[in-house]
Amino acid sequence: MKLLGEDIVTETGEFIINMGPQHPSTHGVLHLKIWLDGETIKKIEPHLGYIHRSIEKMSEKMSYRQFIYLTSRMDYLSAHMNNQACALVVEKALQVEVPERAKAIRILLAELSRIGSHLLWFASVGLDLGGVTPFFYAFREREAINSLMEENCGARLTQNFHVPGGILEDVNPDFQKRVKEVIKQLKDNFHEYDEILTGNVIFQNRLKGVGYLSKEDAISLGCSGPTARASGVVCDIRKSNPYDGYEKLEFDEVVLTGGDSWARYQVRMAEMLQSIKIIEQMIDNMPEGDIVAKTKNVIKLPKGEFYQRVETARGELGVYIVSEGAATPYRCKYRSPNFANLSAIPIAAKGGKIGDLIAIMATVDLIIPDIDR
Amino acid sequence: MNNEELKNSITQILPSATFDESGEFMSVFISSEELLPFMKELRNRDELFFDYLFCETCVDWKDHLMMVYFLNSKTHKHNIVVKAKITDTINPKIESVYDIWKTAELNEDEIFDLFGVTFLNHPNLRRLFMPEDWPGFPLRKNYVDDNMIEL
Amino acid sequence: MGLKDKLEFPGQVHETPDGSFIVSQLDNLINWARANSMWPLAFGTSCCAIEMMHTVNAKYDWSRFGFEVMRATPRQSDLIIVSGTITMKMAPVLKRLYDQMPEPRYVIAMGACTISGGPFFYNTYSVVKGIDHILPVDVFVPGCPPRPEALLHSMMALQEKIKNEPYFRKAKEEAK
Repeated sequence: MKLLGEDIVTETGEFIINMGPQHPSTHGVLHLKIWLDGETIKKIEPHLGYIHRSIEKMSEKMSYRQFIYLTSRMDYLSAHMNNQACALVVEKALQVEVPERAKAIRILLAELSRIGSHLLWFASVGLDLGGVTPFFYAFREREAINSLMEENCGARLTQNFHVPGGILEDVNPDFQKRVKEVIKQLKDNFHEYDEILTGNVIFQNRLKGVGYLSKEDAISLGCSGPTARASGVVCDIRKSNPYDGYEKLEFDEVVLTGGDSWARYQVRMAEMLQSIKIIEQMIDNMPEGDIVAKTKNVIKLPKGEFYQRVETARGELGVYIVSEGAATPYRCKYRSPNFANLSAIPIAAKGGKIGDLIAIMATVDLIIPDIDR
Repeated sequence: MNNEELKNSITQILPSATFDESGEFMSVFISSEELLPFMKELRNRDELFFDYLFCETCVDWKDHLMMVYFLNSKTHKHNIVVKAKITDTINPKIESVYDIWKTAELNEDEIFDLFGVTFLNHPNLRRLFMPEDWPGFPLRKNYVDDNMIEL
Repeated sequence: MGLKDKLEFPGQVHETPDGSFIVSQLDNLINWARANSMWPLAFGTSCCAIEMMHTVNAKYDWSRFGFEVMRATPRQSDLIIVSGTITMKMAPVLKRLYDQMPEPRYVIAMGACTISGGPFFYNTYSVVKGIDHILPVDVFVPGCPPRPEALLHSMMALQEKIKNEPYFRKAKEEAK
């Protein structure tokens, strides 16, 4: 049987369907080609490039002050951490010491973004599995975080707050008070999340035992972030290769061994609480002083290769820069967490039902522009 | 293992390998023909056990292409960068490492798409990002596109 | 024209002992109904889609303006909010989505990328430099990404446009 010139039934009787590029549960323009035997998934092949914006090519023509801000548009929910990775790689190459106050503000905003990102994930996991109310709950708190970002960075979503050597501007005088308000709101309302989704039996049944990813597979597939940590892989960059003063903070790396969608759900919920813990440790002891270290107007990196890893909300982001000593990178490669996590979906969904694919995609939590770059 | 011990073990596997320790991670330079057996040893030897390929990419140096593999061991916590030089820029070919690390499948698709490197024994080599009939390989330095507005 | 006038019923209601009757032009009446019951397509490619989701939510709540029902299929929607960059590979898909929507259909270009390519204008090989190369756009919203208020403003501008459309007269002319 053919449709538009392509076979939709294979010789062995498997039915081929296309999910995406326009599909509400792919959270963007991901295109999955799925081979089905009845309702059982036999094979998944991802087709990408619908949002490939050539960021790596553009970075080769941009100065080291400019290229930072393109990365906000990659994983827009972790925009702050993406910028941080780029700023850190330039600082590492120039061997610039970032002032303590800038480091503290970076971490505070990064952890707030992480909470915001996980909140959006919470909203969409509920929405994908048929519950609309969690969407409104989570956005209530996300809106508070976005307002805080806007007051201090000037933008709600793509903050662009980093410069090589520190941050762009100092935060508002009432920053500490506002952060405490947001954290209080979050903590006061957090039990509602548990009541509406975590404790819901129907919701649990949709996730438990669905989309199992073994530890060996997770490592071999290059997974990172909550997706890998739910399979028992210890991979938090904040612990293993600390940057910007994470080594001084007390927090736990959440590692579960379930490997299924339910474990991935629990890891993210626990990570939000860990982020709150980090913010509470820092907010009262913010160091005073400069916010940016002096760098030259036109930054030229020494000849060589530089690599910086950062833990974004979805995993390990690596920025690899090859410099020839000029004012622009010779080659700039982003090792994006979602690109590696994407390859977990065909493995995790294989042998399952097509309805469960939605639950798997919701808990792996992909951001498509970060895959395509 | 520290860099010195890594160096010793690697020299045992491949005496012709050269090293560069200037960067954050130690780099090992090998030729593209030696890649697959060398990588298998890195993955399978108990004292090395590089089981996590966290970044795979390619750099176009105009007269040659350089494949770059960032490896990490989850058990021993050491890192290494393997660089394989491909001298043929018109028809570049290298062995796929998909059999060793499954993450290589999509990464190699991407490199094939953007650099035009053909991976031998790859399960499903295809253009990942660009349309099938797109002319040229965008991340090559000699790529020209009439529609591209250069600043 | 203030907000109150925009929401007002376009005609006079006359009370009589046997009931009430309405004096209005059909064009105005139908346009009033159409403008206040737009069904947008759930279409988002990147960052702007997140701000669109914020607009859906309780703080901004576009349901107040009649954009209540977000549809996942183009066949049931009459407005497409193009939120996010459109690349060369996505362009045929977007055109097809637009073609599948029933007439009359409207397009809002949300964000700098859809207006001109935005940050992805120079040195890029894969981005469409403005979706007006592909679709007829009704309202442009600048911003990277635009604030939810800006999106709401664009939607109200679109309602304004719909209310002033010669709907029946246009159909008559096309029939000729």
